Amino acid sequence: MNSGITSIKLVLLGEAAVGKSSIVLRFVSNDFTENKEPTIGAAFLTQRVNIGEQTVKFEIWDTAGQERFASLAPMYYRNAQAALVVYDITKPQSFIKARHWVKELHEQASKGIIIALVGNKVDIVSSGGERKVAREEAEKLAEEEGLLFFETSAKTGENVNEVFLGIGEKIPLGRPDEQSGLQNGGVRITDDQRIDLASTGSGAVAASGCNC
Amino acid sequence: MNDDATDQDPDKTRWIRSCQNTFQTAITCQSKMDQETMDTDFDVIVLGTGLTECILSGLLSVDGKKVLHIDKQDHYGGEAASVTLSQLYEKFKQNPISKEEREAKFGRDRDWNVDLIPKFLMANGELTKILAHTDVTRYVDFKQVSGSYVFKQGKIYKVPANEMEAISSPLMGIFEKRRMKKFLEWISSYQEDELATHQGLDLDKNTMDEVYYKFGLGNSTKEFIGHSMALWTNDDYLQQPARQSFERILLYCQSVARYGKSPYLYPLYGLGELPQGFARLSAIYGGTYMLDNPIDEVLYNEEGQFKGVKTKLGTFNAPLVIADPTYFPEKCKSTGQRVIRAICILNHPVANTNNADSIQIIIPQSQVGRKNDIYIAVVSEAHNVCSKNHYLAIISTIVETDKPHIELESAFKLLGPIEEKFMGIAELFEPKDDGSKDKVYLSRSYDASSHFESMTDDVKDIYFRVTGHPFVLKPRDTNEDQ
Ligand SMILES: Cc1cc2nc3c(=O)[nH]c(=O)nc-3n(C[C@H](O)[C@H](O)[C@H](O)COP(=O)(O)OP(=O)(O)OC[C@H]3O[C@@H](n4cnc5c(N)ncnc54)[C@H](O)[C@@H]3O)c2cc1C
Ligand SMILES: Nc1nc2c(ncn2[C@@H]2O[C@H](COP(=O)(O)OP(=O)(O)OP(=O)(O)O)[C@@H](O)[C@H]2O)c(=O)[nH]1
Ligand SMILES: [Mg+2]
Repeated sequence: MNSGITSIKLVLLGEAAVGKSSIVLRFVSNDFTENKEPTIGAAFLTQRVNIGEQTVKFEIWDTAGQERFASLAPMYYRNAQAALVVYDITKPQSFIKARHWVKELHEQASKGIIIALVGNKVDIVSSGGERKVAREEAEKLAEEEGLLFFETSAKTGENVNEVFLGIGEKIPLGRPDEQSGLQNGGVRITDDQRIDLASTGSGAVAASGCNC
Repeated sequence: MNDDATDQDPDKTRWIRSCQNTFQTAITCQSKMDQETMDTDFDVIVLGTGLTECILSGLLSVDGKKVLHIDKQDHYGGEAASVTLSQLYEKFKQNPISKEEREAKFGRDRDWNVDLIPKFLMANGELTKILAHTDVTRYVDFKQVSGSYVFKQGKIYKVPANEMEAISSPLMGIFEKRRMKKFLEWISSYQEDELATHQGLDLDKNTMDEVYYKFGLGNSTKEFIGHSMALWTNDDYLQQPARQSFERILLYCQSVARYGKSPYLYPLYGLGELPQGFARLSAIYGGTYMLDNPIDEVLYNEEGQFKGVKTKLGTFNAPLVIADPTYFPEKCKSTGQRVIRAICILNHPVANTNNADSIQIIIPQSQVGRKNDIYIAVVSEAHNVCSKNHYLAIISTIVETDKPHIELESAFKLLGPIEEKFMGIAELFEPKDDGSKDKVYLSRSYDASSHFESMTDDVKDIYFRVTGHPFVLKPRDTNEDQ
C-alpha cells in the first residue's frame, strides 16, 4: 500500500436537485452551474486533498440517477467509508429524505462509515429567501446520530471544502497495518487473495499461457 | 484496485460536461419534477434485473441506446440475487425461526449475502473479460477461490493447480501422469494453422474419446479431464467432436494459470453484486431504473409485436423488450431439466480441505452411480457472505429421480454437520422463439453448470439478435486509466 495516500470511497445521497453534484463540482473544479440538469451519466471521479502530511484521495460516487425511482443498489454505499447526506435548507421534504438516508446508512453501510449531514443552498437565505429547515433541527439530528454537520452553498463555495476536510480528518490515516485492521469501516483490504481484474484487461493470454 | 483517475478520467470529463450543460432552463426542483419530465419512449425495455438482463442493459446503454430497466421485485438480481438470512427463511420455510433465535445462532442479518444460484467465475472466462472491458471491476472486488476438489472412491482430492501439486497428487499413477503431461502439452501447443501441432488429430472430426485413446489415457483420467477440467456434467461429450472439450480444457488451464490457486474467482458480498454492477454501468450511461414496479399489462401492436408496458408508474414504449422467463411464461418452454439446489449453513470448514475458506467440490456422476455430476460451492466470511465462523455450501445437480433430496446424500455426507438447510427445485426454461416476430427477446434460466460460460453465451446470442451485429470486446482505450 502506498504510504501517505489513503483512498476514501465517498458516496452522495439526498433528494433530487438538492445540489449533490453541484457540491462535488465545486469541490473538484471550483465551478458552479445555474440550472444544472439532473444527474445521469457522470458518476465517478476522484480528487486528492492534502491534510497535514497525508494525502487523501476521495473516490466520489454519484448515484447515476438510480435513486430517482427508489432503485439505488445496495452496492452503491457498500464499503463506502464516507457519505454526504445532502438536503436543501429551503425544502423541508428534502430534510425528511435526509433522515431516511441516515437511517438506511446506519442499517446497511459499513459500521465505521463517516456521515456528513449537509444543508445546502445557504446563499438563498443570505439573499433574502426563506429558510425552511432550522439549523437547530439539523444539529440535533447530527448530534443524535453522530454525524458531521455543515451548511454549505455550492453556488458561492461557502463551507464546501470544509465538508471534505472534515471527513478527511476523521478518517483514520497512517500506518497501513492499522488500515487493514479496519475490516468493516475500512480502507480497502489488501490481502494476497484479492484480485485486480482490471490488470487482466489486455486479454493477451495465448494458448501458450496454459501452464498445466 | 483502481488506478489513479486524473484529469483524463473519462468519467470526470463526462461529469464536468454534464455539469456545464445548461440547456435545461426553467425546470428545477418541483417535487413532481419526475412525473412531469419522465420519459415514456425508449429504445429498449428490459424486464428483470438478473445478471443476463443487467449485462445486456449495460452493454446497450454503452452503445448509446436509451434503456428502461424494470423489476417487479424490490431488489436487484431476480433469480440470481444474493439475499439475507431473513429473506432466505422467508423464501424457503413456512415456519421461519424467530428473529431472536436466528440472531443468536447466526449473528446479524446484514452480514449475510446468500446466493440463490451458486456459480463461480472462470478467471479467464468471458464474464471476467466483460467485467474488465466495461470497467465494472470498479464496483466489485474479487477473490480467488482457494481450491477445486474432486470426489474419488469416497474421498476428495485437490485438483492440481501447478506442476508441484500435480507431481505429488495421488489422483494418478506415475505413468499415467506422464501420459497426462503429453496430453496437456498437446493442448497448450495446439495452433489452428500449424498442422504439426495437431499431432494428427482433427478437432472437428475426431471425438474426444478418440483423442483420449490417442494419448493412451485410462478411464479414471478421462473422468478427471472431462469432469474436473472440461467441467462436463455428464459423459455425452465423449462421442462428440473434440473441439468444445479442447476449448473448455484450455479455458480451465488458462484460468488456473492466471492467479494460481484454482481457476475460479468469486465477488466479495456475493454474486448479487454482479447484476448491481452492470445496472450501475447502465445507469451511468443513461439507463433508467425502476425496481418494485410490477408489469400490469404488456402492449402489442396489430402485428403482434411488442409495443410497451403498463405499470403503476406509467405506460412506457419501446420497439423491443428483453426479459427473463418469469415475465413471459407463456412464451417459454421447459428444457425438460430440473435443478435441485441445497443451500447449507455450516459452522466448520469442509473436512480434508486444509480449512480452505472457499472451494468447489465435483462429485463425478460415475462415482455415485448417476448420470449428472453433483457440484458443491463453498464460500465463507472471507467473502463477506456470512457471519464469522460460518460457511455457506450450496449443492446443486440435475434431478434424475422422483426423490431428488436423496440424490444429494453423498454431498451432505462430505459436508459433515449442517446447521441449517434450504432446498429448492427449479425447472429450467428457454424461449420458444427467437424474438424476431414479436420483438420479445427472452433469456434462459440459469443452468446447473458451476460457472457463467453458458450465461455469457446467452448474453451474446441475445445481443446479436437484438442489434443485428455480434458482440465484440473492443480493445480498451489504453489511456483510460493513466
Ligand atoms: C491432475 C493433473 C494435473 C497436471 N497438471 C500439470 C501441470 O499443471 N503442469 C505440468 O507440467 N504437468 C502437469 N501434470 C502432469 C504431471 O505433472 C507430470 O506427469 C509430472 O510433472 C511428472 O512428469 P514426468 O514426465 O517427469 O514423469 P514421471 O515419470 O511421472 O516423473 C519423473 C520422476 O519423478 C518421480 N515422480 C513423479 N511423480 C512422483 C510421485 N508422485 N511420487 C514419487 N516420485 C514421483 C518419478 O519417479 C521419476 O523419477 C498434471 C498431472 C495431473 C494428474
Ligand atoms: N442557489 C443555489 N442553487 C444551487 C446550489 N447547489 C445547487 N444548486 C442548484 O440546484 C439545482 C440542482 O443541483 P444539482 O447539483 O444538479 O443537484 P443534485 O442533487 O445533483 O440533483 P440530481 O442529480 O437530480 O439528484 C441546480 O439547478 C443547481 O444549480 C446552491 O448552493 N445554491
Ligand atoms: Mg446530481
